[in-house]
Amino acid sequence: MNMAAQIAMGSGGLAALHSAALLKVGDGRAVQNQHLIEPHIGSLRRYARALVRDADRADDLVHDCLERALSRWHLWRGEGNLRAWLFTILHNVHVNNVRRDMAAGRPVQMPEGIELRATPPSQDHHLMLNDLAAAMTRLPDEQRQTVLLVGLEGFSYREVARITGVPIGTVMSRLSRGRERLRELIAGPDESKIRKAK
Amino acid sequence: MSRPPSEPDLHGYLDDALSPERRADVAAWLEAHADDAARVGLWRAINAGMGELYGPVAEEPIPPQLRMLAAGPERRRLGGLPMAASILLALAVGATGGWVLRGLDRVAIQSIAPIASAAAALPHDAAVAYAVYAPEVRHPVEVGADEEAHLCQWLTRRLGTDVKAPKLDALGFKLVGGRLLPSDKGPAALLMYEDAAKRRLTLYQVRGTPQPGSTEFRFAEENGVNVFSWFEGNAGFALAGKLARDELLRAAKATYDGFKS
Repeated sequence: MNMAAQIAMGSGGLAALHSAALLKVGDGRAVQNQHLIEPHIGSLRRYARALVRDADRADDLVHDCLERALSRWHLWRGEGNLRAWLFTILHNVHVNNVRRDMAAGRPVQMPEGIELRATPPSQDHHLMLNDLAAAMTRLPDEQRQTVLLVGLEGFSYREVARITGVPIGTVMSRLSRGRERLRELIAGPDESKIRKAK
Repeated sequence: MSRPPSEPDLHGYLDDALSPERRADVAAWLEAHADDAARVGLWRAINAGMGELYGPVAEEPIPPQLRMLAAGPERRRLGGLPMAASILLALAVGATGGWVLRGLDRVAIQSIAPIASAAAALPHDAAVAYAVYAPEVRHPVEVGADEEAHLCQWLTRRLGTDVKAPKLDALGFKLVGGRLLPSDKGPAALLMYEDAAKRRLTLYQVRGTPQPGSTEFRFAEENGVNVFSWFEGNAGFALAGKLARDELLRAAKATYDGFKS
């Protein structure tokens, strides 16, 4: 119904008024979903950006994750950690994307650093962030996921095990190897840069 | 210190995953072993660095398409319907002096009342922006219509919500340009239109939702400036001008349709 037609209806619009009220009531469930999911979009975007670097691809990942979450909303029982559940879905979408890209022979894009904040507190600090951004790109995907989920997103080892679908021992070894690799890449074989970077 | 910490112990110390006793053991070990302390220190610096590198992404405004998606499939399917319905509501209330509201059940009234209060500032801000900039002869806008694409990109980025310049040519109004304004809600966009008689219209836009999933179409008059305002997606819109109410309403409809297309 276009607006001009509605205007022409004048006082005959009472029935439509009632349907307006019904629309708002019928919208309740959707609004409830939004209230629950929206607070997590920020951290999903942060993790996705760290994972695939390219901002558009990262938001596509979040988009697919939310779409899947909503289509499976009935599977979330309204208890437990919604954020971990959303990250599990995002993880699965990401893994499927990587697998599909590899099967199609497309190069799997690795993050290559990220735009730095405009005013780093100090020159050493700036170097450290640049080194870190570069080093992150050189981690195997599984190690990067684990280091980010624990160190950036603050998930427990148990939650990371559930999100990435591996035993907790695997989480620990990925975390350990990932952090050591980053340390070597940043500090180099001699440990002299460690003190500088801190 | 009973036994040296394992590799998982060192990570567990950093990640706060140890029992208090084990944690105290590891802390004591690190006091005495500078090399391990340096490793843990660098891992800690890595955590902080990741926070600095990627943390700001979480603070960015959520792109409209993701926010809309989070509202669920029901809302997307409804599309512009609630908007059309609420335009009708505003008109019906205006035409009949508001008595029809008494005919609605309580649920509907509850869903409408909070919107009105949250949305109250929008027409006022838009009327003020019109009063300040519409009379401006030499510098009515910051970026002219000749750079429309750049203008919209810039304002979209600053507001964190889609800014478009709807075509109002059919009503005789052409885009002059636009500018960025401050507001209580953060950056606001002001687009200016003008017709052959040099009458001006301003479209004020600011990020914000009065209440998720709700829209409302309102008319207000302030110091001789007429304003139609509404919310759509995650933004509030207000079209202001010294036009008769009917003419402004036609322009508001064209703006609303232009924005949706």
